[in-house]
Amino acid sequence: MEKRENQKKVSRRNLIKAGSKTLIVMSVLPTGMIIGKEKAWAVKAKSLKIDTFATLIQVSRDIYPHDKLEDNFYAKVVEGFDSAAGKSKADKDLFENGLVGLEQASMGKYNKKYRDIGWETQRVQLLRDIEKTTFFQGIRGSLITGIYNNQEAWPLFGYEGESAPMGGYLNRGFDDISWL
Amino acid sequence: MDNKFDLNDDGVVVVIGSGAGGGTLGSELALKGVKTVILEAGSRHEIPDFKNDEWGMFGKISWLDKRTTSGDWRVARDFSGLPAWIVKAVGGSTIHWAGASLRFQEHEFNVKTLYGDIPGANLLDWPLDLKEMEPWYSKAEDRMGVTRTNGIPGLPGSNNFKIMKKGADNLGYKHCHTGRMAINSKPRDGRGSCLQIGFCFQGCKSAAKWSTLYVEIPKGEATGNLEVRPNSQVIRIEHDNYGKVSGVLYADKSGNKKIQKARVVCVAGNSIESPRLLLNSSSSKFPDGLANSSGQVGKNYMRHMTGSVYATFDKPVNMHRGTTMAGIITDESKYDPSRGFVGGYEMETLSLGLPFMGAFLDPGAWGREFSSALDMYNHMAGMWLVGEDMPQESNRISLHPTEKDQYGLAIPNVHFDDHPNDIAMRNHAYRQGSAVYDSVGAVRTFPTPPYPSTHNLGTNRMSSKARDGVVNKWGQTHDIKNLFISDGSVFTTGASENPTLTIVSLALRQADRIASEMSKKNI
Repeated sequence: MEKRENQKKVSRRNLIKAGSKTLIVMSVLPTGMIIGKEKAWAVKAKSLKIDTFATLIQVSRDIYPHDKLEDNFYAKVVEGFDSAAGKSKADKDLFENGLVGLEQASMGKYNKKYRDIGWETQRVQLLRDIEKTTFFQGIRGSLITGIYNNQEAWPLFGYEGESAPMGGYLNRGFDDISWL
Repeated sequence: MDNKFDLNDDGVVVVIGSGAGGGTLGSELALKGVKTVILEAGSRHEIPDFKNDEWGMFGKISWLDKRTTSGDWRVARDFSGLPAWIVKAVGGSTIHWAGASLRFQEHEFNVKTLYGDIPGANLLDWPLDLKEMEPWYSKAEDRMGVTRTNGIPGLPGSNNFKIMKKGADNLGYKHCHTGRMAINSKPRDGRGSCLQIGFCFQGCKSAAKWSTLYVEIPKGEATGNLEVRPNSQVIRIEHDNYGKVSGVLYADKSGNKKIQKARVVCVAGNSIESPRLLLNSSSSKFPDGLANSSGQVGKNYMRHMTGSVYATFDKPVNMHRGTTMAGIITDESKYDPSRGFVGGYEMETLSLGLPFMGAFLDPGAWGREFSSALDMYNHMAGMWLVGEDMPQESNRISLHPTEKDQYGLAIPNVHFDDHPNDIAMRNHAYRQGSAVYDSVGAVRTFPTPPYPSTHNLGTNRMSSKARDGVVNKWGQTHDIKNLFISDGSVFTTGASENPTLTIVSLALRQADRIASEMSKKNI
């Protein structure tokens, strides 16, 4: 079991500068299980290497970092990659080879594995270097729907989803703005 | 199921497409007693099939057949296989349109005369004017139930509108209101009033918004003179030895090819499919495609100058609540070249749900700059910018040299380069849109690039002279007198207004003309 530094409470404004909170706390077990902070979530790598799976969770958060989202939202997207890798060797190679390249760059630049780099800015720099690759764009594209079309995430953004079954917003606040 | 009209019935009018142009034309012809067959490539969904679900409905109703793109427009980079965001279903893009129903301004029919020679622009005056269109606009507004016409009150203002209005007032804009919308503000024409559901783009669940799907087509069908055949992909238009069109070859739902004979054929497949069909219908008699003696078929593709401005505020807005586009500032739609460009633009409220905002706020962007904007989703207001773009001959729909669709037909390539005038207008619109929100205390503003095209125009343009365009002032092709074009592809220039009201007005006028010409045995 791998231990990581505890997350500290910092204000959102500071976070934009600091960004260290976003290093994901997770335990990567030899059995293939990845356990989230305080055992809030767990996923199992079935087709991808467990280290690949775990690092992809961190990469996903770094691409679309939302402090209000728990890590499991990102882990769930990576579960989709794992499942795709189980069905297609090409997909599996894309993720595994992409990760090898990312780790090589990480070691070369910071002498650390990607998940050991504490600063989001530094991790993002590694991603900027590969943002045109199929590997990166595949992950980014999946996150667009994986995160923003995840109904469980909507309330955290204040998006209310379907309204017709509730009769629309005619009597539910379409014109309730009070601060103008 | 048996067809209502026989495939060999050569007395019918065949209309290809069932959207604002085709759906209106076919229904109006039926109301006038003309036997009409509408061939629609897409399926027939009804209101219960609509879901308040952005990606779900996108997958269900969008035209997703293979297309390619080229040119310097950003859509070619961000959405290379999706140049246009339009609908493949009975009702066409009147399922997902927002409802904005604006008349052209008088000068917008004569911009070649007004603007003079603009380098790179292939401008032409329309062969008709506002005076000639006014009765048809009136008829269309009544038919569609456009607010602020015919004594119909405006829609109530949403949160998103209220922010726009406050900003407009702050900037000294004089013309800001909740729009002329083909959305019932009170019950009318057997349909209820708007429930402020949002999701106008996903199909209106309350039927308050006009659509050919559930307003026009059922009226046409009730006459017994209209048959709509969904899942019917037209492959080519056939002609006889005299050069008159004689029928239409299409593939039905099972892929079986059939020929529907016709007395008149009207093409209303939107500005990408309509020219594509004419080009794919080439023959030994018409080697460059049907109705293409001018060489203008597919050229002068316009998509409106578009863009959006979103802004975040300290406090909640909840722009997703309520009618999507019921808010407009029209002050910038005037002709005022002192701004550094000809033509004008409208500013109209717009909202996207979180799923689409993730995809469209800044396509391809990632990292904290982007995600921190979406963190403020419910504090966001938004507007769409839509203005006249310059027709350019090189902006065009052409047949792909190698790629074919499932029927073996060449797929369309959509080429578009922004004209310098388009860019100058967009930059001005971004500045003004941001200023509207800044004046209300915006924390951040976002100049959002154009989405895949919803306003596809100009590729079979209207002209008084046969050498300058594809159709005459009635939408009748210059070359083939029983072949008509009935969609936005006939637009000579784009004007600054959303095109649907003009498409519907032209279709009503064309129906009148076709019925009259048929009764005179001219066609």
